[in-house]
Amino acid sequence: MRALLFSTALLAIGTAPAAADTTQPDPSNWDAVLEDARGETVYFNAWGGSQNINDYIGWAGDELKERFGVTLKHVKLEDTASAVATVVAEKAAGRDGNGTVDLIWINGENFAAMKEQGLILSPGWAEKLPNWTFVDVENKPTIRTDFTVPVEGLESPWGMAKLVFFYDTARIKVEDLPRDTDGLLKWAQENPGRFSYPQPPDFIGSSFLKQVLAEKIDDPSLLLDPVDEERFAEVTKPLFDFLDGLNPVMWRSGRAYPQNYPAMKQLLADSELDIIFAFNPAEASSAIANGELPDTVRSFTFPGGTLANTHFLTIPYNASAKAGALVAANFLMSPEAQARKQDPAIWGDPTVLALDKLNEEDRARFDAIDLGAATLRPDELGPALDEPHPSWMERIETEWKRRYGVGN
Amino acid sequence: MLTRLGPMLAIGLLTAPVAFGLAGTVLPAFGYLPALGGMEFGLAPFATLFAEPAILMSALMSLVTGLVTAAISLTAVMLFTAAWGGTRLFARIQHLISPLLSLPHAASAFALAFLIAPSGMIARLISPELTGWERPPDLLIVHDPLGLSMMAGLIVKEIPFLLLVTLAALPQVKPARMRALIASMGYGRISGFVLGLWPSIYPQIRLPVFAVIAFATSVVDVAAILGPTTPAPLAVRLVNWMNDPDLSMRFLASAGAVLQLGVTAAAILIWIGFEKIGARLRDRVACAGRRLRRDSGLRWGALAAMLVSAGAIFAGLLALGLWSVAGLWQYPDLLPARFDLRNWMRVLPSLVEPLAITLFVAFISTLVAVVIAILCFVREDEMGYPPGRGALALLYMPLLVPQVAFLFGLQLLFILTGVQATMAALVFAHLVFVLPYAYLSLKDPWRAFDRRYDQIAAGLGKGPVERFFQIRLPMLARPLLAVAAIGFSVSVGLYLPTLLIGAGRLTTITTEAVALASGGNRRVIGIYAFMQMVLPAAGFAVATIVPALIFRRYRDMHV
Amino acid sequence: MTDAGLFIDGVTIALEGREIVSLTKRVAPGEVLTVMGPSGAGKSTLLAYVGGFLDPVFSARGRVFVAGTEVTALKPEDRHVGVLFQDPLLFPHMSVGGNLMFALPEAVRGRAARVERVAHALEGVGLAGLEARDPATLSGGQKSRVALARVLASTPRALLLDEPFSKLDAELRAQTRELVFSKARESGLPVLLVTHDAADAEAAGGDIVRIGE
Repeated sequence: MRALLFSTALLAIGTAPAAADTTQPDPSNWDAVLEDARGETVYFNAWGGSQNINDYIGWAGDELKERFGVTLKHVKLEDTASAVATVVAEKAAGRDGNGTVDLIWINGENFAAMKEQGLILSPGWAEKLPNWTFVDVENKPTIRTDFTVPVEGLESPWGMAKLVFFYDTARIKVEDLPRDTDGLLKWAQENPGRFSYPQPPDFIGSSFLKQVLAEKIDDPSLLLDPVDEERFAEVTKPLFDFLDGLNPVMWRSGRAYPQNYPAMKQLLADSELDIIFAFNPAEASSAIANGELPDTVRSFTFPGGTLANTHFLTIPYNASAKAGALVAANFLMSPEAQARKQDPAIWGDPTVLALDKLNEEDRARFDAIDLGAATLRPDELGPALDEPHPSWMERIETEWKRRYGVGN
Repeated sequence: MLTRLGPMLAIGLLTAPVAFGLAGTVLPAFGYLPALGGMEFGLAPFATLFAEPAILMSALMSLVTGLVTAAISLTAVMLFTAAWGGTRLFARIQHLISPLLSLPHAASAFALAFLIAPSGMIARLISPELTGWERPPDLLIVHDPLGLSMMAGLIVKEIPFLLLVTLAALPQVKPARMRALIASMGYGRISGFVLGLWPSIYPQIRLPVFAVIAFATSVVDVAAILGPTTPAPLAVRLVNWMNDPDLSMRFLASAGAVLQLGVTAAAILIWIGFEKIGARLRDRVACAGRRLRRDSGLRWGALAAMLVSAGAIFAGLLALGLWSVAGLWQYPDLLPARFDLRNWMRVLPSLVEPLAITLFVAFISTLVAVVIAILCFVREDEMGYPPGRGALALLYMPLLVPQVAFLFGLQLLFILTGVQATMAALVFAHLVFVLPYAYLSLKDPWRAFDRRYDQIAAGLGKGPVERFFQIRLPMLARPLLAVAAIGFSVSVGLYLPTLLIGAGRLTTITTEAVALASGGNRRVIGIYAFMQMVLPAAGFAVATIVPALIFRRYRDMHV
Repeated sequence: MTDAGLFIDGVTIALEGREIVSLTKRVAPGEVLTVMGPSGAGKSTLLAYVGGFLDPVFSARGRVFVAGTEVTALKPEDRHVGVLFQDPLLFPHMSVGGNLMFALPEAVRGRAARVERVAHALEGVGLAGLEARDPATLSGGQKSRVALARVLASTPRALLLDEPFSKLDAELRAQTRELVFSKARESGLPVLLVTHDAADAEAAGGDIVRIGE
């Protein structure tokens, strides 16, 4: 009983607001930011399930340390949502300064959630970062609109993503490749057990659901607005009819799913799956370079278009190392860091920068990259489908879980 | 004075975190968590919980997993000890299996996964020649909906544990003489053991068996690696809810943790029912005087079970080591097309920090645990009597209460007091689990120490401090270091406490390995799991080699 | 009222209210008091009380004097009472010389002096030059003699013997017994001997107390 009383008391104490960190770095005075940042430790919360990405972040950390005296610690997440959860918990506990999260790799629903709850460092800072001048805002609309939500400088662009499929030419002929989701279903019926998607709410898995929805929905403009609960069943019927048809002919007859993209990649290498997909066009080349996939793997997309988006970095309102986080975000947006990131031998994540805005030296860095045989050229990637409003993702995931996520 | 602190510290360390943690879990489960605006008690979180799809399915899965795991591993250990106890083969198998005790659960789960997956080592070994599988068969083996591979993963880890506690209890029943006596009455080896010896052994290993049930009903790491996903076992879903960005999910997670507590309690209660039925059955057979001498099939079966369970892990570990140095390695090749140290070179830099944290936390928590355990034993010596049954049950508390059930609350407490993700908090959380093992494994060697050495030294005019450091400590150096190695391996293998209290900022080899499991990169998993295996092994090597070197001149100090 | 030697003054030991030993006895320097009785009679309990390491489950009263000083309330290490058990109990992690060094009082200062004393003590029990040996490599008789040398090296004021010869074979037993008693006499030590062997009592030559009969 005493234990109970004591812990209750502690809970009550916890609700008292902590002293807020009032120092707010101003990115338009960059020298001051740099000075502030020196000696800070930035806890970078980023998905940690891929070794080459982890290595890249490790490299960025070394550079930041050397150049700006900023220590970057990669907090490896299984799901970005947990970083958001931490900030939410800290706000609830009144911890308005000295937060444990300084920088988050983010987009879509997580960004929408943070923006809506006022959990992001504001006012908008991303467009005041020195390297913003190189960003390709003109040709890459997803940089200013993240899943239909206006960005307003609350996150800085880090990389571009587009849904791309991979297959092994040793097992499938080019002419047999599906050209849209209907074709994919037909292919799966002819090749049972050789296709799957990561189990939602995995990001890639949910993206596949959105791809199907975007292709199948009668009125795509509905996706730009939040979900209308009353029409949800009717509007998503084509999606779930499709999934009902796909499920029995999937890998393991749909009774289990790969947990995420890297797991699918391993299954392609093991020849358990024949078609997989990723959000990074250079993924296949990168995997070939690492000996994870055979060099017979190639990429394809749907002529009718596949989902595309941008992924970003953001800073929580209560971050301990705001200046350090700004410096890190700016560095990760620099031509040098972006070029390294685009190299399939390193990571292969497409840049957010406009090459024609760069000076010659920086442009040369990009020109020197060998994208590899398995990477489609930008003009081969096909049209980009816009991401639906984040509420769709959440709602579809719930419905998916209800229908397929519980076994039978 | 100092020694009086020992039992107080131990009791405080074992009960306070569990009690506060449970409070911090139970209150939100009933809607009370002011920090999140939950001011009123109510059953709303439970209503949400039971509205979750297939929640009962998850709970049932956890319950069955606990019971099946305990039943199969205990039966295997009982039959094996019955059939082969006292033979040279028994001693050999015992030596083969004991090292597995120190292997973290996650590492053994990986080992098994690498072995039994459709593209795993077994399939590669027999394909395509025997099976015709040019490609891996589309079989749901790992993550199967019935949780069979998860149970297998738990069983192979619990067998060494139960074998070891059985071995510790065995001498008290004077097995050699009893065996001869019972055999002279014409009983078969197995029936004689089960009817004559087991009833006096079982009460001594009952708490460890309950600990196995509690662990298996609430395991997270093994379940994440091998367990079903549609739906996942209860504990895995709880941890996911705990990490959900929607903070109101914490109420749901807490309610789920209370359900987990109920599931574990139910499993133990059902087990107690099994015990009663088993005892009645045994009495009936015993009263009928049935000798059951023809048990050779069962004897070989028991041996096979032990060999397969140990062999599977060793083979899996081998596969894991191979993957860590593999270049391209396609199915159905039995060996990689080429070997490549690049994996190690790439992972090494990111391995350094978790490795340092693992070592630091394991070292400090083990040191503190061993010191507290020693203080407890010294105090016991002073008092002249051992602690009662209640104290022993207390010791098992952190092992009997499902980890999720009190770690949620403990984490909340740490967040509110601002010490979450500090080294001190992490060491503290580890200590809760290391201390019971340190105490339990030091108990026998400590009590076996011949008190007369102490009296002789006192007669020689030596005070307690001198006696302790010059006689007791060096003479117990070997068991103390062995205990430290056990504590070290427990700490290295802790997943959930590290995950929740370290909050992702303090990561160890084990949390990193399980985080990578979802990524499915076999090379990197291979490296981390390999490290998981190497660390405890290194601990035991140090514990063996150091005293052997120090006391190399003294024969009686060798074992 | 006391003088040199060992004086057991009205010592009564009980377990759970049941009295098991009650004794008043004086042992002069160089003499042996033999306590005899069947096993479990509490002989060793008396010895433990005198030595100061009685198990707390027993309750005891009465006083013990060693060389004129009351030691009843003293810790065992402050009593200067040496013990020999039926096992030699040489510290297995020290050499023979190390065992003796450990026993030697701090008052013997200087490495050379201590080495000299140890050599002398070993010589006294007929084991000269065995300092460097691992005790585990000695024979049973040798071990007993090292144990004796060790206890004597600590310069006790009284000696407690808890069936010290019972594990030795007949011939060795007589020899060792003779050695122990002669050494005790030589050093003028009062000896309390606990045994169930009549031959031990006879060889000791002193008073015999029978308990538990």
